[in-house]
Amino acid sequence: MKGRVSWRVRHVWERNFRVFVRTWKVSFLPPIFDSLFFLVALGYGLGQFVQAIDGVEYARFVAPAIVAIGIMNASYYETTYGSFVRMYYQKTFDALIATPVTIEEVIVGEILWGATKAVVYTALILPLLALFGVISLPGSLILLGLALLGGLLFGAIGLCFTAWTPSIDTLSYPQFLFITPMMVISGTFFPIESLPMPIQYVAFALMPLAHLVSLSRALTLPAPAQMGLFSLLWLVVVTVVVVLIAVRQMRRRLVV
Amino acid sequence: MPAPVIVAEGLLKRFGDLVAVDGCSFVVNEGEVFGFLGPNGAGKTSTMRMISCVSPKSGGRLEVFGLDVERHPREIKALIGVVSQENNLDPDLSVFENLVVFARFFEIDRTEAARRAEELIDFFGLREKRDTAIEFLSGGMKRRLTIARALINRPRLVILDEPTTGLDPQARSLIWERLRELRGRGSTVLLSTHYLEEAERFCDRLVIMDRGKVLVDGRPDEIVSSYMGRSVVETVDTPDVIAFLEREEIGFERFGDLVHITIDSAEPLVHRLVEDCNPERLFVRSATLEDVFLRLTGRGLKD
Ligand SMILES: Nc1ncnc2c1ncn2[C@@H]1O[C@H](COP(=O)(O)OP(=O)(O)O)[C@@H](O)[C@H]1O
Ligand SMILES: [Mg+2]
Repeated sequence: MKGRVSWRVRHVWERNFRVFVRTWKVSFLPPIFDSLFFLVALGYGLGQFVQAIDGVEYARFVAPAIVAIGIMNASYYETTYGSFVRMYYQKTFDALIATPVTIEEVIVGEILWGATKAVVYTALILPLLALFGVISLPGSLILLGLALLGGLLFGAIGLCFTAWTPSIDTLSYPQFLFITPMMVISGTFFPIESLPMPIQYVAFALMPLAHLVSLSRALTLPAPAQMGLFSLLWLVVVTVVVVLIAVRQMRRRLVV
Repeated sequence: MPAPVIVAEGLLKRFGDLVAVDGCSFVVNEGEVFGFLGPNGAGKTSTMRMISCVSPKSGGRLEVFGLDVERHPREIKALIGVVSQENNLDPDLSVFENLVVFARFFEIDRTEAARRAEELIDFFGLREKRDTAIEFLSGGMKRRLTIARALINRPRLVILDEPTTGLDPQARSLIWERLRELRGRGSTVLLSTHYLEEAERFCDRLVIMDRGKVLVDGRPDEIVSSYMGRSVVETVDTPDVIAFLEREEIGFERFGDLVHITIDSAEPLVHRLVEDCNPERLFVRSATLEDVFLRLTGRGLKD
């Protein structure tokens, strides 16, 4: 990748940003409502029947997970459906690579854009969660950093699927074979320790969301920092690897 | 004599087992309008994509402005403007935004980008559509905007893949006018087209391709005269006429119920045909590039 990724990635990012500024209402209100719906249904609805977990009230327990899921969704959907439409239907990437921008810069720019959406989402949802009293500011602003890291990872994961999918319809496969099961076993809505040991191992070995949730909790709730540190390390290493895979796979698809 | 803009030698492009470009050689000189002609699937797009540095070559030598396409793609791409066969305007942006956003990819600063965008909007008659979304443009306007966008970096070489296909005659003639104007300012124009009369009129030089090979290369008038002779005599396909032609050992081609004879001086032949066979129809016309094209590439449908 040497010499193929330069500061020019900002133009790819800028192009997406310009479109986003025009359409932010449609692209941002739904995920925000989604998160609030989760909070109300789970935190307050279900929470009435659930006792405190490790001394933490249930609504406060799920709040960091709701942020983690939102980070995942914001970036993952941007680089699957969003990038696929740009690549396949709008031929945006074809137009771009006919300029001095390289294919690698297009791909990295798309991942950065996916991460940006995760950060913007987090910036919008944190004050709302604070308003509900389930998260405390300014301490949880650190989740913006988590959004950047998680956004890069899920942006890159999404782009891998975009590189592999034959059509927009088949993009639903990774959604129900990967994303949905991951949401169930990643310690989002109940403590991961309540799952059988083998599933816990699988979750921590393979599930990015498990680490995103674990780190999100470590950063916002009083909990032992060890697990958080491990998750941070896992996320950084896997992000680097997946970004490299995404670049390779997209090159394979686009350079013919 | 300035250095050539494009030099291709034994250029090769494979897609798996399929050889799309099969050892093509040609040279494009500075300041000329150069045409790629050929039936569908001839390899025009594949060749142009390799020149534009968006598709890697499978073999041969290819240099643009003296730079190797493999080693200097970024430098080459900064010097060229590309209009691809498929529309790839940005549907999320307006006419003006399409131009300025594209300018940024060439590191042109914002004020300069806006200035050039306004200039190009006028040059291509898009003033009234400046703030319109792409979906509300006609086919001709979209194509004009795509060409305008390709000029945003003031390219020394403009590459256009079928820029006039599917447009009405007015839209086509406007595009040709602009391309000739570009050439007048010293740009080199490389394009592919299906419209043979247009190619004959507007191209300084051209190649005819088929099945990945360059069949002929040269100025349109020279190609026509060297391949066809000057005139085409067209008459009806009757046993009399055929017998006469065979007896006189004059070459001919049959097309449906017509016979074509290509020849340098038509007059003596016409006299004798009238005397001998008195056919019910008989035309004489100048040979055209279309005659050469059909002779070289065959008349069968290519799709
Ligand atoms: N990406 C591709 N993968 C496989 N085959 C291709 C691809 N692009 C073009 N071809 C094939 O290469 C040949 C030349 O195509 P092309 O260069 O598009 O011709 P033209 O532009 O002259 O119509 C055709 O047989 C076409 O089907
Ligand atoms: Mg083509």
